[in-house]
Amino acid sequence: MGRRGEGKPVSSLAQGLANAFGILVGLLGLAAGLIWVERRLLALWQDRYGPNRVGPFGLLQVVADMIKIFFKDDWVPPFADAPVFVLAPMVIVLSTLGAFAVVPLAPGIGVSDLNIGLLFFLAMSSLGVYSVILAGWASNNKYALLGALRGAAQMLSYEVFMGLALMGVVLEAGTFDLRSIVIAQRHLWYCVPQFFGLVVFVVAGIAEARRLPFDLPEAEAELVAGFHTEYSGLKFGLFFVGEYIGIIVISAMIATLFFGGWLGPGLPPIAWFLVKVAVGIAFFILLRASLPRPRYDQLMAYGWKVMLPVALANLAVTGAVVVARAGGG
Amino acid sequence: MRAPESPVDRDDGIQAQFEAEFGPGVARPQATRDEVPTFRVDANRVKPVLRFAKCGMARPYPMLYDLTAIDERERVHPDADPPADFTLVYHLLSFERNADLRIKVPLQGDRPSLETVTDLWPAANWYEREVWDMFGIGFPGHPHLVRLLMPPTWVGHPLRKEHPARATEMAEYRLPPEREDAEQAALKFRPEDWGMRPASGRSEFMFLNLGPNHPSVHGVFRIVLELDGEEIVDCVPDIGYHHRGAEKMAERQSWHSFIPYTDRVDYLGGVMNNLPYVLAVEKLAGIQLPARVQVIRVMMAEFFRIASHLVFYGTFAQDVGALSPVFFMFSDRERVFDIVEAICGGRMHPGWFRIGGVAQDLPQGWDRLVAEFVRYFKPRLDHYDRMVMRNAILKKRTQGVGRYSLEEAIEWGVTGPGLRACGFAWDFRKARPYSGYEQFEFDVPVATHGDAYDRCLVRVQEMRESLRIIEQCLAHMPAGDYKARHPLTTPPPRERMLHDIETLIDHFLGVSWGPVIPPGEAFANVEATKGANGYYLISDGGTMAYRARIRTPTFAHLQMIPLISRGLMIADLIAILGSIDFVMADVDR
Repeated sequence: MGRRGEGKPVSSLAQGLANAFGILVGLLGLAAGLIWVERRLLALWQDRYGPNRVGPFGLLQVVADMIKIFFKDDWVPPFADAPVFVLAPMVIVLSTLGAFAVVPLAPGIGVSDLNIGLLFFLAMSSLGVYSVILAGWASNNKYALLGALRGAAQMLSYEVFMGLALMGVVLEAGTFDLRSIVIAQRHLWYCVPQFFGLVVFVVAGIAEARRLPFDLPEAEAELVAGFHTEYSGLKFGLFFVGEYIGIIVISAMIATLFFGGWLGPGLPPIAWFLVKVAVGIAFFILLRASLPRPRYDQLMAYGWKVMLPVALANLAVTGAVVVARAGGG
Repeated sequence: MRAPESPVDRDDGIQAQFEAEFGPGVARPQATRDEVPTFRVDANRVKPVLRFAKCGMARPYPMLYDLTAIDERERVHPDADPPADFTLVYHLLSFERNADLRIKVPLQGDRPSLETVTDLWPAANWYEREVWDMFGIGFPGHPHLVRLLMPPTWVGHPLRKEHPARATEMAEYRLPPEREDAEQAALKFRPEDWGMRPASGRSEFMFLNLGPNHPSVHGVFRIVLELDGEEIVDCVPDIGYHHRGAEKMAERQSWHSFIPYTDRVDYLGGVMNNLPYVLAVEKLAGIQLPARVQVIRVMMAEFFRIASHLVFYGTFAQDVGALSPVFFMFSDRERVFDIVEAICGGRMHPGWFRIGGVAQDLPQGWDRLVAEFVRYFKPRLDHYDRMVMRNAILKKRTQGVGRYSLEEAIEWGVTGPGLRACGFAWDFRKARPYSGYEQFEFDVPVATHGDAYDRCLVRVQEMRESLRIIEQCLAHMPAGDYKARHPLTTPPPRERMLHDIETLIDHFLGVSWGPVIPPGEAFANVEATKGANGYYLISDGGTMAYRARIRTPTFAHLQMIPLISRGLMIADLIAILGSIDFVMADVDR
């Protein structure tokens, strides 16, 4: 695994640590802030106020909620499989944090520049499914079990299309290194040539993040709270934070792979990156505000009958174009 | 099939038909104060008579509309012939005739029993269980005759006259650990009791207890699911968690003071619940209503239809996973409540109708409020169409889900939007206009597929029709009294009180004891928010009802859930529950 820096090389250990730590703190803070953002945005779209009492614009509501969650009894149901029950929420946080490690925020900012960054991201997001399955299984609760079953099927299926959708980008850029993929978009963002890849990736990304309309493992109207029915306090908080980090990761990947990452005129690179991520996040929240939830078998049928052919066709056409271009040039 | 437009058929050829089939004296007519032909039939001949009424006679009565009983043992004015200890009442409905038929069966003895009719009408299942639960009347041949509304450990049968009506008449309630354990054990679900097997072939089934507390069961309602993966093999609805004994309370409240209890039966229906009750009392008392009272009542009932349908609309969308619509619809419902509050003083449960009128006249400026709402609400409904009804995911989730045919609907006693969603334009407001509905112009929306989506579609259209009715009330509100000038109007009009000692005494008694309603029985029915809601009242010439039977629509609707959800998935069941539109207080009473 090699390190390649764009611009200033990230050489010294201290600088690398500061970089990683800064991103970690920023990411966790952003995830917490997102709770407020989502509640306020949903409220805006649903014709109500949302949290507006604690602190300016209700900003401290999250802090109050966190204090509450920290001081709640750390309880494990007596019928649960305790070690696995405790492990499951950690998996989701660690895997989503891990996935973010390869995201290049801007020249010189980023935890790690792996030359197989894209594969690392896919591997990490695949690990997330363990969290859902283990939580559902260890809870020893029928609703949790049904949620876990749905989660396993949904996330495993949509992972396939997610990977396939990204291969078009890899073919175009000729690399798995995310920083190089961004640089390869200097002239044209991949959202144009890889439009179908983008669509499939966004859909699969929502499914991976288990957000409405693909929140079937949770499906509060049907399965109470699905796989995390038995969770409370800090462990539930971890699922919560994990979900929001998941949204940030997917939005960051959409920005990086299809919208030219930090590239953009005028503003500093990091600002461009953050703006693009913010738009992605707002889109996720807007989806939640506007769509109902499909049925489990409809979701699977949609994945295998629509998403998979689109992803494959996209891959084949991209391959042909790349080959033709190489042959012609 | 189209609803007949003819007025209620009181043709007495029914008796002749019975006698031609079974010989003279089989059905003895009884006079009542309502328009329902009523016959007494002896216990040993009732089953063939019912079968004949359902399938044999010309223009038959296909729907078992209600089945209940009366404890006759404390009647001051007994009218049973021959004298009976209990009377079973079968209430049948014919759409072809646009008429009802009441068959009463006198029963003797402390614990009588009568052969079941569950083989004639599957819907009789819960009704017979309820009669067993409430009166201790047995039904040999019933597939599973156990308590329905009361806890399985309950001692006694509450609607029998010897059963206490109040906690103060009963022994102190204690719950020592042994008893708590026994109560818990009694609630345990044993699949074998319900004819379910824990496994079939190679699949082992999972039993999932959905409710009594679950986000999507709209109250305290329990369904035990037999699952193969996520597919529902079979299910058992379990009701009674919201049972508050409204019918027993009616026997201990004055005719007047029972009105607020009716509000809480369908707690989303507000004064719509008052309407059938006061209509039935007015039939017993023989009160003629001023036109203004009728129009005010219609207007308020239609406002509550809108309010109730809005809750349905939002929660239906939410059950299918759409988060936002419910907020819009609840804030619109709030606007309805603002008007209700301005007119009645209360919001969800105004208890505002009175025997012979309404509580107050309309306040000044009511017309401005109503006009504003009508103007505001029409475009909102179009907006919601785009948001909910035309959403592709919602359509995929609900179209073809929870289907039943018109025949099944009639067989199971389905009324209201659930019946109209099968393509049958049957609306009691049109078929048997009450409270002056014949003077209003409105259409009866129908849909054709009988699925969850169509049940929602019908309700959405009904809100538009309700708006039309409200607009007509606004344009043509008659002047006049808001209470009938009748001695039994309660409370009596105040301006007639202070003339002399006679009017004062009359007023005092009417307010303190409440009115004394002449003996007799009457049934009144309205097209309520969720279907047909009827009150069957029996007066023994007292200040309280001798027996008050509340026929609610959703009781029948919940009973058919297993029929329409077998072979579907859990998510479909949630959509079906949402589409039925029930509140448990309406089911359990």
